[in-house]
Amino acid sequence: MKESKVKDEKRVDGRDFDETRPIEAKAGILHRAQGSAMFKFGSTMAIAGVFGPRKVFPKHKEKAERAILRTDYRMAPFSTKERSRPGPSRRSTEISFVTRNAILPVIVTEDFPKTSIDVVVEVLQADASTRCCGINAAVLALADAGVPMRDLVVSCSAGKVNGKIILDIAGEEDTEGEVDMPVAWYPKRKEITLLQMDGIVTPGEAKEILHLALKGCERIYKDMQESLRSKYTIEESKGDV
Amino acid sequence: MHVFLRENVRLISMEENQELEQAKKERRLVIPGDHLGDEQAGHGTYVVEGKVYSKYIGLAEVRNGKHIVIPLAGVYSPKRGDGVIGKITDIIFQKWIVDINSPYEAVLPLSDAVEGFVDLTKEDLTRYFDYGDIIFAEISNVNRQKQVQLSMRSPKCRKLWGGRLIKVTPAKVPRIIGRQGSMVEMIKKLTGTQIVVGQNGIVWVRGDNEDLAAETVLTVERLSHKGGLTDYIKETLEKKVAELKPVKDEEKVEEAEENLEESGEEEL
Repeated sequence: MKESKVKDEKRVDGRDFDETRPIEAKAGILHRAQGSAMFKFGSTMAIAGVFGPRKVFPKHKEKAERAILRTDYRMAPFSTKERSRPGPSRRSTEISFVTRNAILPVIVTEDFPKTSIDVVVEVLQADASTRCCGINAAVLALADAGVPMRDLVVSCSAGKVNGKIILDIAGEEDTEGEVDMPVAWYPKRKEITLLQMDGIVTPGEAKEILHLALKGCERIYKDMQESLRSKYTIEESKGDV
Repeated sequence: MHVFLRENVRLISMEENQELEQAKKERRLVIPGDHLGDEQAGHGTYVVEGKVYSKYIGLAEVRNGKHIVIPLAGVYSPKRGDGVIGKITDIIFQKWIVDINSPYEAVLPLSDAVEGFVDLTKEDLTRYFDYGDIIFAEISNVNRQKQVQLSMRSPKCRKLWGGRLIKVTPAKVPRIIGRQGSMVEMIKKLTGTQIVVGQNGIVWVRGDNEDLAAETVLTVERLSHKGGLTDYIKETLEKKVAELKPVKDEEKVEEAEENLEESGEEEL
């Protein structure tokens, strides 16, 4: 028997409708990358590594007056309930592309002409909103790498499940919900850099979902800023190990 | 290239941390997008509608009435007049291609490297600088296309033989050098090593106490944002050098004994 995904006041996992899953963010987790970060939305987890600015290869892709940004989104075979085939797929190509578009506006690419900034996002655990998680991890990794940026981009999803509009869709809500809308937000310029949606909604509902997602972004923005600052404050106050 | 890994170095101790706390009050830790003020903008910042924001994760301060941010991470961006340490990666016609730890490679023309006439039909350029050689050179020009030209005209410029190379964050190089070179000079004197610091974040160390000198340089890098660093490093280094010496003497005695034994065997 199918259980309703939304009960009177709370959701299946006990959250409020406008509450995100617990967030965990950490910058500087990989030694070999120029910059790196981990981002967690409950049980969805992504890590990102940044390489560069470095020489462009193949050379014909280089731009004379700015740096190019290349992103690669992957999902680990063990990240889903059923093993996902490793290697590029239609889905990962699409997400790599939207991740790049979401992040590009904040990067000051003119500072490093003729170079490439390569970002690799690996999803280690998938439980809905992996692209949002990936974007957040990538942005933190870029800041950690010392790439010139105007601001941080924040990403969060919202949607509609059993007629209720809810923030940060997770697990069963994703597979059985009606609408899922991932959004990325550039807070300083108040610009939306990613907006996708699947499902059927009325224009009014779509607006409502978007506003809820942006509210979530504002909250996550603070968490991300805090995690970046804490990298240095924690690193500095670490005792002898 | 031998690169001394950061992971090998011990983390911060309590006293070091206390002094760090003090330094933090003077310089503020900022992240990309942090608002710094409405005055003039300097390095590491950008301006939108008269407001100055940070472009990097770094330390913000006001220098000469300008807001600047010193990044805590990042790659080296070549600047004219910088002395850099590089590795010869290629030789093309009458110039050397040098890897200077930056996204842009540098070019060292023969005319700026060797004095006097060189007959290219008779001489091979590897006679001067061979593939893989490490050199200290000065950046004579960087154009808008980020083509970097090196020169060996300055008397400081030379080929570096032996030793080892350490990588540090380029933004922290000024701290390693210290005011008028006070920091390097002190490390050189106490450890008895030769040290050359490149603005591109490569430090060359050579001598008997390479390990100690390398470790000290990395400690300076790690604690670069705190005040009174030179005195602090001097103190700890003096202690370490004192510890090191007796050990070394014993080793020498043991070695001498071993040598004696070996030579005795040979005679038999």
